[in-house]
Amino acid sequence: MLLAEGLRHSFGAVRALDDVSFGVSSGQTLAVFGPNGAGKTTLLKVLAGLILPQRGRAQVEGGRRAIGWIGHQPQLYGQLTVRENLRFWASLYDVPESEFLLRKDSLLGRLGLQDHEHRRVSELSRGLVQRAAIARALIHDPRVLLLDEPFTGLDRMAAEELRELLSEDAAEGRASVLVTHNVDEGAELATHIAFMRAGRFAHFAPRAGRGPQQVSEDYRNAIA
Amino acid sequence: MQSPKLLRHAWTVASKDLLVEFRSRTAILSAAVFVVLVLVVFNFGRDPTAVSNVDLAPSILWVTFTFAAILAMNRAFQLELENQALDGLLLAPIERSSIYLGKLIANLVFVAGVELIGVPLLALFFNVRVLPYLGPLLALIALATIGFVAVGTLFSAMTTRTRFAELLLPVLLLPFMIPPLSWAVLATGRLLAGRPLSEIVGWLNMLAVYDIVFVTLAVFLFPATVNE
Repeated sequence: MLLAEGLRHSFGAVRALDDVSFGVSSGQTLAVFGPNGAGKTTLLKVLAGLILPQRGRAQVEGGRRAIGWIGHQPQLYGQLTVRENLRFWASLYDVPESEFLLRKDSLLGRLGLQDHEHRRVSELSRGLVQRAAIARALIHDPRVLLLDEPFTGLDRMAAEELRELLSEDAAEGRASVLVTHNVDEGAELATHIAFMRAGRFAHFAPRAGRGPQQVSEDYRNAIA
Repeated sequence: MQSPKLLRHAWTVASKDLLVEFRSRTAILSAAVFVVLVLVVFNFGRDPTAVSNVDLAPSILWVTFTFAAILAMNRAFQLELENQALDGLLLAPIERSSIYLGKLIANLVFVAGVELIGVPLLALFFNVRVLPYLGPLLALIALATIGFVAVGTLFSAMTTRTRFAELLLPVLLLPFMIPPLSWAVLATGRLLAGRPLSEIVGWLNMLAVYDIVFVTLAVFLFPATVNE
């Protein structure tokens, strides 16, 4: 579903990506952990086609239409209601009205946003905004999901719900790449783990049943 | 480029921008207050015995429209930065030119709204007759506005991620505005003086050519301006 080959990218003298290669198949979730400035967000932006890498290539089966993005910024308009925001983004992805209505109802139900559909985003709490952002990212039913620190601002319950939703989606065949600096947040979701430092993958392997504590230990060893 | 899709996506972006502006009313109110304030100040500040109203009014009208338009154009892409919505737009499977066209349409509607406030106020404060020349005057205003808003929308996209966007936009834009503005001022002066329409046809043609050239250039250049 997603292939990265020899990605290299620099911002001036800072090398953000240095020969990064990996693949993610349908139903797999790659969690990329790394400290701030390791190049995680740049990696996601290159995968999404928002940044053209100076070397190497990133390929997503189905192109931009197949990508959903959940970041720490919601990409929603505060003056519009949740429904208006979803309608706007669905229109840009050419989602027909009938499909939009079905997906909207399903997503709002799964994310506990039914009662907030007609509220302006600026009136919602941080947690509800993040849930609406998740609905926005999934409204066109993407086959690949790119997640940049998706748990930021979510309370414990909402974070748990997001984990459940992502697990269900992975079971249905969606491929995901999740980047975060917090190992505890993403480890359970991952089928594959990568540790990133100074633009390089210091470690990339299947999770192979290791729990968050073991992954944390591996991370400390790899990054230190 | 698939034209129907391009235009549909452009309209989606434009209608979203207009709805956001309709709800917040921040930019339209500040632009409208600016227009009223400038016209009132010039009305009381001028000496009617030194320069006639018909000679003074066109310059004041276009200076007012220019700065009101800059207010609109500054906010066009600022709106997309608030929650990183610009990344979402760039990620969407749409022609990037449709984002530009959407912003252009929304800016044109916004500036037209400001101009609709400005023209009657000009007629009122400066005692110039507008009604007999309303058709040609509106055509002239439309042609001049399309040109500088097209360039301004492109520069707004270029400067929006910089630290001094609000300062950079007028600095970059004003040199490009000189040709359409000077043609518009000259043509408006002739119109308000009751001169025959044949005297302004040349300027209208030049404005139309300016519009075609700069809208086309901006549509093709826009994708490069938003790449990281």
